[in-house]
Amino acid sequence: MTEIKASMAGSVWKLVASEGDEISDGQDIAILESMKMEIPIPAESSGTVKEIKVNEGDFVNEGDVIAIIE
Amino acid sequence: MSTNQTFEDRAKKIAAGGAEKYHNKNSEKGKMFVRERLQLLFDDNIDIEDAFFANCQAEGLPADGVVTGIGKINGEKVCVMANDSTVKAGSWGARTVEKIIRIQETALKLNVPMLYLVDSAGARITDQIEMFPNRRGAGRIFHNQIKLSGRVPQVCLLFGPSAAGGAYIPAFCDIVVMVDGNASMYLGSPRMAEKVIGEKVTLEEMGGANMHCSVSGCGDVLAKDESEAITFARKYLSYFPQSYRELPKKAESLQPAPFEKTIEELIPENQNAPFDMYHLIQRLVDEESFCEIKKKFAPELITGLSRIEGRPVGILANQPRAKGGVLFPDSADKAAKFIQLCDAFNIPLLFLADIPGFMIGTKVERAGIIRHGAKMLSAMSEATVPKISVIVRKAYGAGLYAMAGPAFEPDACLALPSAQIAVMGPEAAVNAVYANKIEALPEEERPAFIKEKQEEYKENIDIYRLASEMVIDDIVQPNRLREELAVRYEAYESKDVTFTERKHGVYPV
Repeated sequence: MTEIKASMAGSVWKLVASEGDEISDGQDIAILESMKMEIPIPAESSGTVKEIKVNEGDFVNEGDVIAIIE
Repeated sequence: MSTNQTFEDRAKKIAAGGAEKYHNKNSEKGKMFVRERLQLLFDDNIDIEDAFFANCQAEGLPADGVVTGIGKINGEKVCVMANDSTVKAGSWGARTVEKIIRIQETALKLNVPMLYLVDSAGARITDQIEMFPNRRGAGRIFHNQIKLSGRVPQVCLLFGPSAAGGAYIPAFCDIVVMVDGNASMYLGSPRMAEKVIGEKVTLEEMGGANMHCSVSGCGDVLAKDESEAITFARKYLSYFPQSYRELPKKAESLQPAPFEKTIEELIPENQNAPFDMYHLIQRLVDEESFCEIKKKFAPELITGLSRIEGRPVGILANQPRAKGGVLFPDSADKAAKFIQLCDAFNIPLLFLADIPGFMIGTKVERAGIIRHGAKMLSAMSEATVPKISVIVRKAYGAGLYAMAGPAFEPDACLALPSAQIAVMGPEAAVNAVYANKIEALPEEERPAFIKEKQEEYKENIDIYRLASEMVIDDIVQPNRLREELAVRYEAYESKDVTFTERKHGVYPV
C-alpha cells in the first residue's frame, strides 16, 4: 500500500483517476493548481486506487495524502 | 628465510587486506574488495601506491586500512584514497589519517583531481590521541578538502558507512555517489540516537543512500551497485579539467538522440500546462551526454552536465512536470551548488527558464526561502563562465532573476517566440491590479472583463516588444536553438572577466 501525497500546497483542480482504477507507475492521479500552474500528481507505483482522500476544489498542504494505491 | 621471501610474504599479506571472514561478509553485501574497486576505477590499475607498508609491524592492520596513491582515469592522473573495510571496518588510526592527508597534499601539489572511496566506521577510539585532536589529526583532512575545493575536482564514492566526523568527507566533496543499500552517512548511529535522544529509527531511514539522495540532498547520485558508482565517476570526470587552471576537454560532437516531436510541438501553448523539460534537454545536447546530478532531490529544477557539439555545458532547467517548476528552498540550494561547481572548473552554463517564480506561503517563508533564493542569486551572479539564459516559456518575478535574467550579465538572454517575461503571469496580474473592480462588477460580466484585461496584459509583455526594448538579445526559432547555443558558446570561449575585487563576499547561507 502506498500513499500518494501532494508535492506542494495548492488546490485540487482535477481528479483524473477514480477509486477502483488500475493504474501504472507514473500515471497521474490528480492535478493540483498552485502558483497558477497545473501540477500533476503521479502514482509512484502500479496498483489499484483503493481510496481517494480529496475532492476537487479542496486545499491541500504539501505532504497531505491524496490517494492510496494498493 | 631470505630477505626477498620476507618481502614477498609481507607484501602478499598486505595486498590481501583483512581476514577472510570480512571479505566474505562484504561479498554477501555486494561489496568489492578495495583493490578490485581501484582496478575498475582506473584505466589500468593503481600506478603509484605510497605507504603500502604503513603499520606493517602491527598485527592485522595491513596498509593501516586505507590505500592511497595515483592512477589514471580517461588517460588523466588522479589521486585517490580508498578505505579497506576488511581491516577493522575501515576505521581510521594515526597512519590511516596521515596517509589520507599526504595524498591530499599530493593532489594539491600536482593540481589533479582527488577521489575518496569511502567505506569506514570512523575513528579508532583506542588511537584517539594519535589520530584525532592534533595538527595532523583527522581535522586536517577536512581542512585540506576545503583548501582543495574549487582548485581540483573532488569526488566521493560512498560504498559503506561514513560515520560521525567521517561524514564530513562527502560533505566537502563536489559530488557524492552513494550505493543503494550499503552507503550511509550519519553523525550519530541509530544505536546512539536511541541512547542519547530516545529516538528509534533504522539506519536506512536516518542516513541511508536513498534518503540522502532524495531528502537531505547530502548525496548527489544514487547508484544501484558499486560498479555503477565507479562507471559514473569515470563519466563525470570526463566533463572536467584537471584543475581550475585548465579548460574542460571537448569531445567529438554528436547529434542529439533521435526524436519524433519537434521542440515547437513539445511545448504546450497554454503557459500553465506542464511539459517534460527532459525532452527539451534531449533535443539540445549531444546524444547520451546528459549526466544528471541530484536527480531525485528537488526535481522541480534539473541540473546536469552535458555536451553541445562536443563542448561541456552545465544545464539548469526548470521542470514544469514537478511542482510546476516553481523554485523552493531545496531547489535554490541545488542550483547554487551546481553553479559553483561549473564556474569553479570553467564549464559554461545554460539556464533553461520556464518558471512561475519562487514558492510562496507560510511553509516556505518559515524555511527561509528568501535566504535560500539569495544564495542561488549570489552564485549565479558571481559565475564568470560563459552563461546563456533561454526563456523557454515564461520567466515571472524573481524567477527571471534566478535563471540568469538580463540584469545578471548573462552573455546572452535568448527567448523562444512563445516566451513571456513579466513580474507575474496574466492571471495573477489582472487579479492583483483589478481586484476591487472585478468585485464591483455583476458576476456575469466578470469573465469577459478578466479576459479582456488578460489579453491587454499579454500584449504589453509581448516578446517582440521585449526584443524591441532590447531586454532580450534575440528571439530564436526552437528548431535552431541547439545551433544558436553552439555558435554562441564558441564565441564566448575567450571570455575573461573577474567578478569584482575583494577578499570574498558575505554570502547569504
